[in-house]
Amino acid sequence: MIYEGKKRIWSEYQKDIPDDHWYYVRSCIRQNFFPASERMFTEITRNVLGKDLYETPHHTTCGGIAYHCDTLPQETAMTIVARQFALMTEAGYENYVPSCITSFGNYAEILETWEEFPELEAKIRENLWKACRREFQKPKYLAHSSDLIFHWRDAIAAKAKHLLVNPHTGAPLRIVEHIGCHYAKMFPSKGEGGAEYPYVLAGMIESWGGEVVDYPERRHCCGYGFRQYHVKANRGYSISNTYKKFESMEPYHPDAIITNCPGCPYFLDRWQYVIAEQTGKTYGENGFGIPVLTYEELAGLVLGYDPWNLGLQLHQVAVEPLLDKMGVDYDPDAKYLGVNREDIMRPELPKSIRCY
Amino acid sequence: MTDFGFSISKSATIDMDAVDMELYERVCRQVPSARICMSCGSCSASCVAAPYSGMSVRKVILALQRGKDVRTMLSNCMLCGKCSMACPRGVNTRNLILTVCRNL
Repeated sequence: MIYEGKKRIWSEYQKDIPDDHWYYVRSCIRQNFFPASERMFTEITRNVLGKDLYETPHHTTCGGIAYHCDTLPQETAMTIVARQFALMTEAGYENYVPSCITSFGNYAEILETWEEFPELEAKIRENLWKACRREFQKPKYLAHSSDLIFHWRDAIAAKAKHLLVNPHTGAPLRIVEHIGCHYAKMFPSKGEGGAEYPYVLAGMIESWGGEVVDYPERRHCCGYGFRQYHVKANRGYSISNTYKKFESMEPYHPDAIITNCPGCPYFLDRWQYVIAEQTGKTYGENGFGIPVLTYEELAGLVLGYDPWNLGLQLHQVAVEPLLDKMGVDYDPDAKYLGVNREDIMRPELPKSIRCY
Repeated sequence: MTDFGFSISKSATIDMDAVDMELYERVCRQVPSARICMSCGSCSASCVAAPYSGMSVRKVILALQRGKDVRTMLSNCMLCGKCSMACPRGVNTRNLILTVCRNL
């Protein structure tokens, strides 16, 4: 790979991102999978960087999951999205930032469709008015929340307490970045760096001192794929995708994986246990797996937040090897202590893959 | 081992570095026209055994290029020679099949 050449191509795909005043919409599933991620995003945006971020409890699903599972027509999803835009308009914002990659793809697809078929937009406006007497303005800027962390990556690096560098050896940590398929594969111009060379997570890794791992199946799907995982008969296909990725990245010995999608960290994390159960194979050092983090969790670690307040105890793969490599101080006995140090119970640990 | 009700499928990726091309190269030396096959499938379309057995000269050549076993497929060939009449590139298909069988 001619890395300099890739960097030059990426630089041509930078998109315009306003620095402040964003209307934030959460994901349907991320708070269940990795609950501190969105909390950390609001914490970093509001309290660390002092930006204006607004969210409303009236926000609902964008309809993306049902749309991609073929259980509702696109016009229904469009009307749901129109309501979200109406909530944004009523709040006085015009910069829209979803937390979910599928939502981001859904919004991008709908805005593009309305651009091509204005009569459809008029129909959706009518649907919305009939349904709930609301009107909306289309967002002036649409960005994914990882775009914002990418935009502020150097400001975060300036406040960093732990860089992605091994303090014992001085070597940069080797990080795999995995981009959700709906980020830029549908509309390359909507993502930082386009579809083939997305720079959104690579930029964070480089700014925070790490080294990006390039491997053959880097742009391969994580294996989630709504129609694959949600139908049990297709789950073998889902895990086979993930297995293919891990087999491909294994020779490069990554220290961690970061992702910007709700499904990807979940499947790259949980499937490592299932692969270990089915094949006996683990991909980390000394029988551990490769820790999989969301970009907000990694930003939180870089900024010096306590790993257990970041919810890292909810990961299937043990994150302690990464914490040790980053030089993060943590209390092993506090891993399963919740608010006010109350015991939140310990999970049964698997035998096929090392966990704490 | 826990039974999850699903399992990992073997990858369909072919590692060309690991493929044994020896048989294909040997056959090509004896039947040079095998190299000019463009995989149009006219041989398969004209094959009287194909609908019942999956026999296809196109598939045989592809399997040889990927180092796969072709014995089962070839055992269904009746050597009628219709494929050689249909081939637009003039590949000597009947001779090719006999040559492969002799080299197995």
